[in-house]
Amino acid sequence: MTSLPQSTAKKLGLVIDLDTCVGCHACVVSCKEWNTSGYGAPLSDQDAYGASPSGTWLNRVHSFEITPSPKHQKGSACGSAQPKTQLVHFPKSCLHCDDAPCVTVCPTGASYKRRQDGIVLVDESMCIGCGLCAWACPYGAREMDKAAGVMKKCTLCVDRIYNDNIPEVDRVPACVRACPANARHYGDLADPTSAVSQLVAERGGVDLMPEQGTKPVNKYLPPRPKADMDLPDDFRLAELVAPDATGFLGWLDRTLEKLG
Amino acid sequence: MHPASSIIVFTTLSSAGFGLMAWLGLGIGPAAPVFGLVGCGLALILASIGLLASLWHLGNPQRAWRALSQWRSSWLSREGVLAVATLGVFGLYALLWVAGAGRHLPLGILAALLALATVYATSMIYASIKAVPRWSKSPTPVLFLSYSIASGALGFMAVALGFGTVSNAMMAASVVLVLAAGIVAFWWRTRVGQIGLDADGSTPETAIGLPLLGRARLFEAPHTSPNYLMKEMVFRIGRKHAKKLHRLAFAAAFVLPTVLILAALAIPLLSAILWLAFPVHLAGVATSRWLFFAEAENVVSLYYGHC
Repeated sequence: MTSLPQSTAKKLGLVIDLDTCVGCHACVVSCKEWNTSGYGAPLSDQDAYGASPSGTWLNRVHSFEITPSPKHQKGSACGSAQPKTQLVHFPKSCLHCDDAPCVTVCPTGASYKRRQDGIVLVDESMCIGCGLCAWACPYGAREMDKAAGVMKKCTLCVDRIYNDNIPEVDRVPACVRACPANARHYGDLADPTSAVSQLVAERGGVDLMPEQGTKPVNKYLPPRPKADMDLPDDFRLAELVAPDATGFLGWLDRTLEKLG
Repeated sequence: MHPASSIIVFTTLSSAGFGLMAWLGLGIGPAAPVFGLVGCGLALILASIGLLASLWHLGNPQRAWRALSQWRSSWLSREGVLAVATLGVFGLYALLWVAGAGRHLPLGILAALLALATVYATSMIYASIKAVPRWSKSPTPVLFLSYSIASGALGFMAVALGFGTVSNAMMAASVVLVLAAGIVAFWWRTRVGQIGLDADGSTPETAIGLPLLGRARLFEAPHTSPNYLMKEMVFRIGRKHAKKLHRLAFAAAFVLPTVLILAALAIPLLSAILWLAFPVHLAGVATSRWLFFAEAENVVSLYYGHC
């Protein structure tokens, strides 16, 4: 049924820390690795070793350069007119929205949002591969698998998190398990006492494109403000770690300094 | 958005077919069963080719019947249900007419209403996608309905032409309907020209949830090659010719048919040129449908360096 549930008992989802994400793509690769052999059809690649490879991925990392607005701008780097920019690595997968537009547009009932935990899934045996759900998602979280002709999306590793056959420590989404920077957190966002909810409260977690009215479950933690080092324009990092010269070289160094 | 040829054939031909059904259902024109056979036959063929074309682009067309199940929430499903209902009711109306039992006006009017409701549902598939501001923030249903009514009128005239029963009144009515559709198309085009990706306030900054930090610019794309999302949602091919194509589409869909009909009205000897009006119009509609998809952008583009 592609009507959305009034409410869900749990809101299982991810909290992604944009402060600590280093953009290593480990979550991307581990997601593909787990999900190509897990739930549903494999995640196929087309022309994988050819001139223009493409394929189905459920998680992708974009990197954005942020140029602070003038009120956030403190001094300029290297004495030039170049503003101090900030690089934000931005992993993106399905946000398991409360008001998921991808679910309601589905003509077959293949797309659904689970009442018990809020996970948005595709029943691939019912999917006709029309692609309308991918058009309706403002986040680009759904990708058509060219080989199977069905829509693929993040399942929140539903075949891991409830899997009694794997060690308890592995019962989290593959991306969370793989992240070496601990930038990905998994839990119940409907429970205000959960670790993820507290993290969101502490760090001011945000929604992506709230204006689209999708009410995403996944939250993103903004980067912490950068330390303002107020460095002089001619600052050179190397000088801080240069060794003190002794002996003949020390004499030469002091003499040359005196010469100006 | 990716202008799949199947979707262009579908929206062009089924719109014309359902429009023709609407006119035939109203009981105008000759009552002879053979007129019913040709007219209703053309309407059903156009609509059916269109509907079959819409199945071409499916990943798993063998399950297409499932698309009739979710009419409670999905406009695509509603369209499917309405299309089947229209084909059924209109088919019965046509059958009775061709069999010599005459035209059942209540049945015909019901078929006409269902035909227009189907076209409305088609338009709502696109108009309900908030992530594509050009479609959701503009009067897309008005555009689709006016195209359908005009295409249907020209199709009706083509059938009447075959029977030598084209009257001056029919030609005049067709000119009015085609011009009205042209005005709607022009108005819609001016409206959507002002609808950017930021129509709901979406920007590259809100896309990554950091509107207060500063200006965001895509530094590195997630993959070195284009992916499904870019091919479907960030479709940009042919935009440089968009203006020329718009003029061509407008000329073919509205101006040329009007000129042809007016010329035939003025000089009865030239009435053979009326045969050109319907095919030229359909070519124009197909071109404008291509532009409808190719020019529309999804807010997903914001993740790929567009704004």
